[in-house]
Amino acid sequence: MAVFWFAVTTEHFGEHPLIQSVDWLPTGDTWLKIGVLVDPLTAAVLFFVAWTVLMIFIYSIGYHNYGQPAGDHDHKGLPPHGATVEEHGHKHVVPSIEPMYSRFFAFIGLFAFGMFTLVVSDNLLTLFVGWEIMGLCSYLLIGFWYGKPSARNAAIKAFMTTRIGDVFMLIGIAFLYSVTGTLSFREIFTEEILHTLASVPTGLFGLSAAGLIAVLLFIGTVGKSAQWPLHVWLPDAMEGPTPVSAMIHAATMVSAGVYAVIRMFPLLTAGWAEGAPLTPAMSFVAFIGAFTALFAATIAVAQNDIKRVLAYSTISQLGFMIAALGIGAYIAAVFHLITHAFFKALLFLGSGSVIHGMEHGVLHTGNHAVDPQDMFNMGGLRKKMPITFWTFLIGGFALSGFPLVTAGFWSKDEILADAFVNGHIVVFATLAIAAFMTAFYTMRQITLTFLGEPRTKEAEHAQETPFTMTVPLMILSVFAIGYGWVGIPEHFPLIGGLVPNWFHEFVGGTLAEHPPVLEFNIVPLLTSLVVALGGLGLGWYVYRNVNSPAEDRLQIPVLKNKWYFDEVYEVVFIKPALWFSEVFVSQWMDKGFIDGILHLFGPATGGVGSAIRNYFDIPFINRFLGDGTADATWWVGKNLRPIQTGRIQQYLVLSLIVLFLVGGLLYYFLLA
Amino acid sequence: MNFPILSVITFLPFVAGVIILMMPATRKNETRAVALTAAVIDLLLSAWVYIQYLQGHMTGYQFLEQHNWLPQLGISLFFGVDGMSAPLVLLTGIVMFTGVLISWGNDDPHVMAGIQDRPREFFAFLFLLAGGVFGVFVSLDLFMLFFFYEIAVFPMYLLIAIWGWVKTREYAAMKLTLYLFIGSVVSLVGALAMYWTNYQNTGILSFNMLELEKAGFSAAFQNIWFLPVFLGFAVLGGIWPFHNWSPDGHVAAPTAVSMFHAGVLMKLGAFAALRVGVMLLPEGAKTWAPLIMGFAGVAVVYGAYIAFVQTDLKYMIGFSSVSHMGLVMLGISTLNATGLTGAGVQMFSHGVMTALFFAVTGMIYDRAHTRMIPELGGISKVMPFATIGFIIGGLVSMGMPGFSGFVAEFPIFMGVWQEQWLVAVIGSISIIITAAYIMMNIRKVFFSPMPENLQGHISDVTVLDKIAIVTLCLFMITIGLFPGVMVPMVSTGVENIMRLLGGA
Amino acid sequence: MDFFNTHLLSLILFLPTIAALIMLFLPSGETKLMRWFAFGASLIPFVLTLVLWNNFDLNATGFQFEEKYTWYEAINASFHLGVDGISLTMVLLTTFLTPLAILASFSVTDRVKPYMMLFLFLETGMLGVFMALDLLIFFVFWEIGLVPMYFLINQWGSANRDYASLKFMIYTMGGSLGLLLAVQMLGVLFGTYDLMTLYQQWNSLSADTALMGMTVGTVKTIAFWAFAIAFAVKVPLWPFHTWLPDAHTEAPTAGSMILAGVLLKLGAYGFIRLVLPLYPVEAKIFAGALAVLAVGAIVFGAFGSLGQTDFKRLVAYSSVNHMGFVVLGIAAAGLAAGTADAHIAMNGAVLQMFNHGLSAAGMFFLVGVIYERTHTRNLNDFGGLFPLVPVYGGILIFTSMASLGLPGLNGFVSEFMVVRGAYPVLKIYTAISMLGLLFTGAYILKGIMKVLHGPLNEHWAHGEHKLTEINTREILVMVPLMALILVIGIWPAWILEVINKAVVALF
Repeated sequence: MAVFWFAVTTEHFGEHPLIQSVDWLPTGDTWLKIGVLVDPLTAAVLFFVAWTVLMIFIYSIGYHNYGQPAGDHDHKGLPPHGATVEEHGHKHVVPSIEPMYSRFFAFIGLFAFGMFTLVVSDNLLTLFVGWEIMGLCSYLLIGFWYGKPSARNAAIKAFMTTRIGDVFMLIGIAFLYSVTGTLSFREIFTEEILHTLASVPTGLFGLSAAGLIAVLLFIGTVGKSAQWPLHVWLPDAMEGPTPVSAMIHAATMVSAGVYAVIRMFPLLTAGWAEGAPLTPAMSFVAFIGAFTALFAATIAVAQNDIKRVLAYSTISQLGFMIAALGIGAYIAAVFHLITHAFFKALLFLGSGSVIHGMEHGVLHTGNHAVDPQDMFNMGGLRKKMPITFWTFLIGGFALSGFPLVTAGFWSKDEILADAFVNGHIVVFATLAIAAFMTAFYTMRQITLTFLGEPRTKEAEHAQETPFTMTVPLMILSVFAIGYGWVGIPEHFPLIGGLVPNWFHEFVGGTLAEHPPVLEFNIVPLLTSLVVALGGLGLGWYVYRNVNSPAEDRLQIPVLKNKWYFDEVYEVVFIKPALWFSEVFVSQWMDKGFIDGILHLFGPATGGVGSAIRNYFDIPFINRFLGDGTADATWWVGKNLRPIQTGRIQQYLVLSLIVLFLVGGLLYYFLLA
Repeated sequence: MNFPILSVITFLPFVAGVIILMMPATRKNETRAVALTAAVIDLLLSAWVYIQYLQGHMTGYQFLEQHNWLPQLGISLFFGVDGMSAPLVLLTGIVMFTGVLISWGNDDPHVMAGIQDRPREFFAFLFLLAGGVFGVFVSLDLFMLFFFYEIAVFPMYLLIAIWGWVKTREYAAMKLTLYLFIGSVVSLVGALAMYWTNYQNTGILSFNMLELEKAGFSAAFQNIWFLPVFLGFAVLGGIWPFHNWSPDGHVAAPTAVSMFHAGVLMKLGAFAALRVGVMLLPEGAKTWAPLIMGFAGVAVVYGAYIAFVQTDLKYMIGFSSVSHMGLVMLGISTLNATGLTGAGVQMFSHGVMTALFFAVTGMIYDRAHTRMIPELGGISKVMPFATIGFIIGGLVSMGMPGFSGFVAEFPIFMGVWQEQWLVAVIGSISIIITAAYIMMNIRKVFFSPMPENLQGHISDVTVLDKIAIVTLCLFMITIGLFPGVMVPMVSTGVENIMRLLGGA
Repeated sequence: MDFFNTHLLSLILFLPTIAALIMLFLPSGETKLMRWFAFGASLIPFVLTLVLWNNFDLNATGFQFEEKYTWYEAINASFHLGVDGISLTMVLLTTFLTPLAILASFSVTDRVKPYMMLFLFLETGMLGVFMALDLLIFFVFWEIGLVPMYFLINQWGSANRDYASLKFMIYTMGGSLGLLLAVQMLGVLFGTYDLMTLYQQWNSLSADTALMGMTVGTVKTIAFWAFAIAFAVKVPLWPFHTWLPDAHTEAPTAGSMILAGVLLKLGAYGFIRLVLPLYPVEAKIFAGALAVLAVGAIVFGAFGSLGQTDFKRLVAYSSVNHMGFVVLGIAAAGLAAGTADAHIAMNGAVLQMFNHGLSAAGMFFLVGVIYERTHTRNLNDFGGLFPLVPVYGGILIFTSMASLGLPGLNGFVSEFMVVRGAYPVLKIYTAISMLGLLFTGAYILKGIMKVLHGPLNEHWAHGEHKLTEINTREILVMVPLMALILVIGIWPAWILEVINKAVVALF
């Protein structure tokens, strides 16, 4: 907060950001420095991160039933099952405290640390460090209830999927480092470096060096921010406790992905001028973003799990931001990032609160067969949990961009406007449809959850959650509405200019030259009005009296099963990889081929050895050489045996004879 | 003329042998005691000679002493040691000492350790052998050299034939004797030829090698006579393809004799071949060196390969000796300083190592009554001391750095590099094969689970055995860690040879 | 004091041996005494190394604390010791790991005395290689190190130890044959084994002078490969790596710690100390080939590891994978010699050697800890152990993450530098090696999931099989490792500066 205050009160903060750095790695004759950098962008991001994280922390206290008794038979690694307590006479079950309560906060704290490291770092390396730390924490937290197989797999899935992105990102970093010799943003984002980078061709898809690096780094984001085709991990990440989902989806992880691209914006747009046709890199980014936005929305429509709906909505909203960046709408992207963070955090915590209330009902009835996350088990919760309802409503409207009041409207409208005005009609259209569906499924969710009558006994016995959980909701809803007003375009009819577009000024200062202010255009405004209101209306109209999945006409298998991506990946990537490692490498190559060759040596040596001995040494050397020594030996041996009586004298005589023989020989030579 | 130490060293064993023979056969322990005393004295004396030579930074022939023997024929008792022979004298002393220790024997019916049967005669012949060996190493007179040579060779026959392994002793003893006699006669003829030619040229009858060195035989003469002289002796050195008597001999011989045989006798051959063949006929040596190198090179790999497949411990060691003596011959055949130095050290190193091998094998055989590797196992549990000894021996024989084997083999290969690098490359194969069979056999014999039929029958080695083992190991490690205690000395001997090679 | 300073290296080098010899005369029965004596004895060299590190002058070029004694004058080989930044780091690693390994083997009850003695001999052997400035001495220690290791595996190993130990011994010796011959050739050519002299004489040889009937170029090429293969077997590089999983799996815990922690480094060190300086030209020419092998090690190491069901084999293959990065860095340095890329790559390689020493030792120890309790290494026999042994679980995850190369821990720094240094010169190889990096994640997570997570295997939950938590001694072994892992991860400068100076001076 302090940082933020300092930031907003400094004039032209963009030109004189906060920088401190120290030597870290000696690389030959130079040092790789690492340090912190706080510029307007950082400040703005820090602002929402700090707030949301704080809210999530407070919320978690309640969520993990702080102050409740320990469970009867809770296991570490499994969600608490509730505890029985004696209260004036009659037993009844109350929620029990999370067995690994402290560990949870340790992890989530580390998570926040990772995010802050990433945001304040002034170079790609430490950014990557924070990036990976979050990867680890997401792994630990998604798998927090590692007792559940689904949680385990989700954790590994999340880590591996994001790691695919990370690996490319690392190449990108190495590439960038080796061409520019530095990783510091300030040094990279100078005119000449960017220019040289942009002008160097790489021969890959006609990308310039800058473009290629940007794309490589962007793939990292695709992983972290769950863009298609690496989106598969995010919905499964719901297996973690709800605060974690909020953490991942709003405050930290996915935002980090977008933040990274925003950071690299100058690199991405190197060699591109406002209004000019997009560079290959940019169009790639724009395509991924827009496609993801629509694609995720279609899936969200058919989900029944209250959290999964939100998960896919996140993916879709991130698509909006990425697309915005792809078309060069820098401010809009940042703006949407922040507003989205607020209302998505709000929504998740809200849904968490709903689930918590439902669980209370479940504990009451004791029927654990009922899934407290299935929206078709809910209904009519607005009476039971009013605070949750209203805050969730706000969040939902913000998400679907309810005109004028909500923050979501302003940010989303700005993206659409930008896309339209700069003539990226395709992107514009796609996003518009996506926005429409967003509004639709949001309203579907709200209707199914809160409106109508309770469909189950559990829903009837649901009750409002403790203040530790509701207070954060209320605070966040304030931002969900209010934060939109800092970024109202000047030229907006009626209220335009009432509030100065401070956001544009402030964040815009991050870039080398301020992006120009869009001139107003009515088309995108109307569009966003239509899609928002239309979607909401239609959503309510269709689902106002749908009471079971059977009556839901949108339970189309292909949508419900997320276009079968998991299944495809399983068959195409995972299975082959396992086969390759378990059968090919371990069995065939190492044990079979290489060891096979090695094992030849032993027998070979033995073979040669016995061959020499049996076919040369014994027959040839033994028999022939020395005039058939062996036979002679046998012969002499036979004839000598009689005298081997062991009497020493004879031996001495024999030895003397030999000596004389030698002497005689000698003598003969002398007389000769 | 100061104290005639060399003569004492040489003749002490004979004297001791005679004394022992005169003692009553029943007093086994007294005979052993006498034998040990003599051995100790000889060891100390030879050690003293060695140290004197080393400390005094002496060069050339030292401790010279000359007594007329048959002046008419120019035969004299002419003793002296140089850098080449001094280590071998010490070696003989060591082997003699340890040999006596491990053939001490005892009257425990279960453990037939050492020599039970007629130790009196055994030690007498052993000392006859030892005396002969000493004689050869110290003689500077060609005739005396032959004289002692025969004295050394002959008792082998009796020792093997009487105390040897029942199954093959006649065969082995006779084979050995035939080989060696034929060999020595051949070289004797060559020697006499030198003697005679020298007489023709100078009119002096002399077997004095120092004078024969100066005789300056014609190149033709040298080329004709080098091969018979060299090979004749080299047979005793187990040179391929005349090596075959040696493994058979080892297998048949009793432990102490195997030790002498492989430890000293084979050196005798190599040494004599060097002294008479190379030093007296340098030109011939130069001519024939490639052939010798070829033979040696084959022996090195050939021996290793055969040893690899042997299932009899003694055969295994026997053929490994063929391989290692091949290295000695290889070193000699290089005819350059490095190689010859290596050969000199290798003679000592191999002597000690293989003596140790046979000692331990003997100890095992005495207790397990088998030498077949497949029938052995788990010895380390009952004979830890012997195990360590054998392992160290194994490391030496595979040329592991830090032991004498490496110090010896490395310069040999370097020497070969200077002459013919291809041989070095091929020869080096033997190192890895040696490592393989040594390691595998150590594992099987000492560390694999012990077969039932052996369990309970095997007792640990005696104190005397331990002393023997320690003594042998000590020398191998010391030289391995501090080549300085031997190499400089050998080098001085080599300088002398190089002078002849260069001069002639 | 003066003596102390001038003989510091030989003190560090021989103290373990002396200690071992003293142990020879201690009563064998006194197991406790043996353990503590060995532990204490191994601590002294470590302390001395710290002194060494402290007195090491960063700005002086060339080798320091040199000692030279005549050893084998007949072939002009002298006992010449000395350290520069690279060897100093390795010496530190060795003296640091040995006490931990000995502490780790306090659980050994069978023939403690010879066990500990072998360990101390082993330490001398390894240190000798790192300190030697004489080619022959280098080779001597290089070979000697095998013997204690062989017996450690062969005597205290598990079921299949005979095969494993023999494979280890013969394979390494066989690999070293070429080295032996090449060493002899150099000795014959220049009549000295002093490295400094060889460096410049060997390189100043004009390329077309005939040598043994071949041009110097040809001879050098052959000799280069003779050296390279000897070291490649030790590192080990794919496809020479298959001895490693066997040796590791069968070796006693502490044995694997040292084997992975230090012995593998000997190979890599050989590349740095001998191959690159002696064959700069060939190193440039064949950098590609080396890189191929390195990438092979990285990728197949990762896949192989992923394919294992034996916990220890899994970790063993991970060593192949990590050492691959070392050699990749070396190859890059050889190719780009003299440039900043080379320096960065080489820094990365050396640091990676050190880091892998820490993490691999830790991993093997942790495998040993669980093995001692469960007597199985089969991943499928574990599962859900986290609740039973939370502390152990935490440590295991931490160490695994280090070996996975998580930023903030040591592995990342070195791997990043290697990648950074190799990328500009060996683009494709680096890109492929990234695949290995990806699967590194896969197998590490597989290990963690199979052991800690997964459905709880009730067998370990209660009854006589109840899994006991990691004990204080074992934690004491891990704490220094983890501390260093973290410190280097966060602040690598202190050690990299030492390495960097030497690297810049050399390449």
